[in-house]
Amino acid sequence: MEQQKVLEVKNLKTHFFTKEGVSKAVDGVSFYLNKGETIGVVGESGCGKSMTSLSILNLIPSPPGKIVEGEILLHGKNIVGLPQEELRQIRGKKISMIFQEPMTSLNPVITVGEQIAETIRLHEKLPRKQAWDKAVEMLRIVGIPSPEKRAKQEPYQLSGGMRQRVMIAMALACSPDVLIADEPTTALDVTIQAQILEILKDLQQKMGMSIIFITHDLGVVSEMCDKVAVMYAGQVIEEGATEELFEQPLHPYTRGLIDSLPKLYEEQDELQTIEGSVPSPYKYPVGCRYADRCPFARDLCREAQPELIEMAKGRKVRCYQYSEKWNLQESGEL
Amino acid sequence: MAVFILKRLAQVIPVILGVTLVVFLIMQMVPGDSAVILAGEGASEQTIEDLRESLGLNKPIYVQYFDYIKGVVQGDFGNSLKNGKPVLEEISTRLPITFELAMYSIAITIILGLIAGIVSAIRPYSWLDMSFMVIALLGISLPSFWLGILLMYTFAINLGWLPVAGWESPMHIILPAITLGAGGAAIVARMTRSSMLEVVNQDFIRTAKAKGLKGYVIIFKHALRNAMIPVITVVGLQFGSLLGGTVLVESVFAVNGLGRMIVDAIRTRDLPVVQGGVLVASLIFVFVNLIVDILYRVFNKRIDLN
Repeated sequence: MEQQKVLEVKNLKTHFFTKEGVSKAVDGVSFYLNKGETIGVVGESGCGKSMTSLSILNLIPSPPGKIVEGEILLHGKNIVGLPQEELRQIRGKKISMIFQEPMTSLNPVITVGEQIAETIRLHEKLPRKQAWDKAVEMLRIVGIPSPEKRAKQEPYQLSGGMRQRVMIAMALACSPDVLIADEPTTALDVTIQAQILEILKDLQQKMGMSIIFITHDLGVVSEMCDKVAVMYAGQVIEEGATEELFEQPLHPYTRGLIDSLPKLYEEQDELQTIEGSVPSPYKYPVGCRYADRCPFARDLCREAQPELIEMAKGRKVRCYQYSEKWNLQESGEL
Repeated sequence: MAVFILKRLAQVIPVILGVTLVVFLIMQMVPGDSAVILAGEGASEQTIEDLRESLGLNKPIYVQYFDYIKGVVQGDFGNSLKNGKPVLEEISTRLPITFELAMYSIAITIILGLIAGIVSAIRPYSWLDMSFMVIALLGISLPSFWLGILLMYTFAINLGWLPVAGWESPMHIILPAITLGAGGAAIVARMTRSSMLEVVNQDFIRTAKAKGLKGYVIIFKHALRNAMIPVITVVGLQFGSLLGGTVLVESVFAVNGLGRMIVDAIRTRDLPVVQGGVLVASLIFVFVNLIVDILYRVFNKRIDLN
C-alpha cells in the first residue's frame, strides 16, 4: 500500500536579499513526510535547516527573505504563495511549530492558559470556557502537575522545561497534521531533554501526527526519527532511513559528523572534528559546497555541483563518489 | 501592594521638606523685597518697616521657614501677602482648572502619541511613518509658548474657529490642551514606535504568527502590552513637565489656573502663594509617579513592587 504523503517540500529556495548581496539560505531543498512519520533535518548552525522550517509556514522575516522557487505541498496542495488569510488557517491548525527558546517564545505578559486557549478559540471556534478547559487538559496531557493552577500563571513563573511543555501543549492543541519542532530541546538540561522527547514520541503515537525534527544533535535524531535529511550549505546532501544512515553514512560530511560524536566505549584523547567552516551563503563555490573541507575532493568536485543521486529507494546522496564520472576519472578516462 | 503604597506615601514627607526649602531659599535670593512691593510706590520707611513686622519678614530666615512648616503640617498654608486671603482657598479655586487642562492634555498626549507610534511601527519607513516622525520631531522641538501663540494666531485670529483666550466653554479648552499636550504626544509617539519595533522582532511574536493569529490580535494583544512599559514611564515623566508647562500655557491663554497663580505670585514676591502652589504641584507629581509604578505592575506582573 502506498503510504500517504502529508507534506512534501519540492526544490524549495528561500533567499535573502540584503545590501551585501543575495544570501541563498535554502537552496533547492526537497523531502517528504508520510503520515505519522518523523523526519530529522540535521546540520550545523547556518546550514539552512531553521530557514527551511520557517519557510514552510512562511514565517521567514520578509523583507529581506523570500521564497523564490519551489513548492510546499500539504496533502497535495501547494501552499507557497497562498494569501495570508488562507495561510493563517493552516498555521497552528494543520501545521504547528515549537521553537528552540522556550524562554522567549512565550509571551511574557499573558497567562500560559490564555496563550493556549486563544489558539483553540481561533481554530476550533470553541467558546471561552470550553477553550480554557481544553487548554488545561492539554497542560495535563503534556505532564504539567496541577494544570488548573499553572494555566493561570505567566511564563516567568515556570521553569524552562515546563515552558517547553507549554509550547508543545500549544502546538498540539488543535491536533495538527504536521508538527515542526525546531531544536525543541537544545536549550534544556539533558534530563529535561529526555522527558520532552518522551512526551513528543508519546503524543505522536496517540495523535498520529508527522514531525519535522530540526536539530544538530545526532543523538536526538537516532532517538526520535524514522528518516534523516542531512543539510549542508542550504542543500540536502544525504537522505535515508535513520538506521541505514547511521550505520552506513555515504556522504563524507555525514561521515564526518558521525565520527565527531564522542564515543563511549573507545579510548579517545581528542574529539574528531571537521576542518574548515561552512561557505558563506552569499558566495557558494561553483562546485560541490563541501569540496573545500572534503578529504576526497578532486578536480571534478570543484567544477560543477553534484546532483542528489538516488542510491536506493529513499536513500539519496549528493556526492560524485557515487556517480559514474568518479570511476571514469579514477581510471583516467576523463 | 498595600505596603508598597504606604512606603511611597511616607516618601511624601521628605519631598515636602525639600521642595519647600528650595523654594524658600530661591525666593530669598530673588532680588526685590516683598514689603517694598506690597507697600507700593512712595510708601514711607516706617510703613514698610511696619508691614515687614506684621508679616514676620524681619525674623531670621530659619524661623520663618520653621513657622511655615509648622503651619503646613496643621493644614495652614499661610495667607497671601497681597490680599490676605488664605493660600489654600486660592489653590482650591485654581487647582480644578489646571487639573482639567492637564487631563485633556495628557489625553491628547496618550491618544495621539499611541496612534502615531503604532501606525509608524506597523509600517516602518513608509511615507506615513516618515511624516509622523517629522511631525513628532517638530512637536518635540517647538517651545510650547511659541506653539501656543502660533495656534492662537492661526485658529483663533485668522480662521476665527476657536476663542483666543480665557476658560469659559469647552471650545476654550482645545487650543491650550493641544499646546500643552503636543510635546508629550511627540515623545510618546517616538517611544511607542521604537518600543513596538523592538517587540515585534521578539520570538513570542513569531510564535503568535505561527499559531495563525490575526494581524490585529498580534499587534494589540501580544505586542502592545509588552511595548507599553517604557511608554508608561515616558507618560509619567511627561506629566511632570506638563505641570511645568501649565505655567507657560496658562499665561499665554489667560487661563486662571495654578500655573498662572504661581507666575503672578512670583512677580509680586508673594512667598506663601508661591510656596503653596509649588508644594501642591509637587504632591501631584509624587502621586502620579506612584500611579505609574502601580501601572507597571498591571502591565507586567514580573515587576515586583517591593
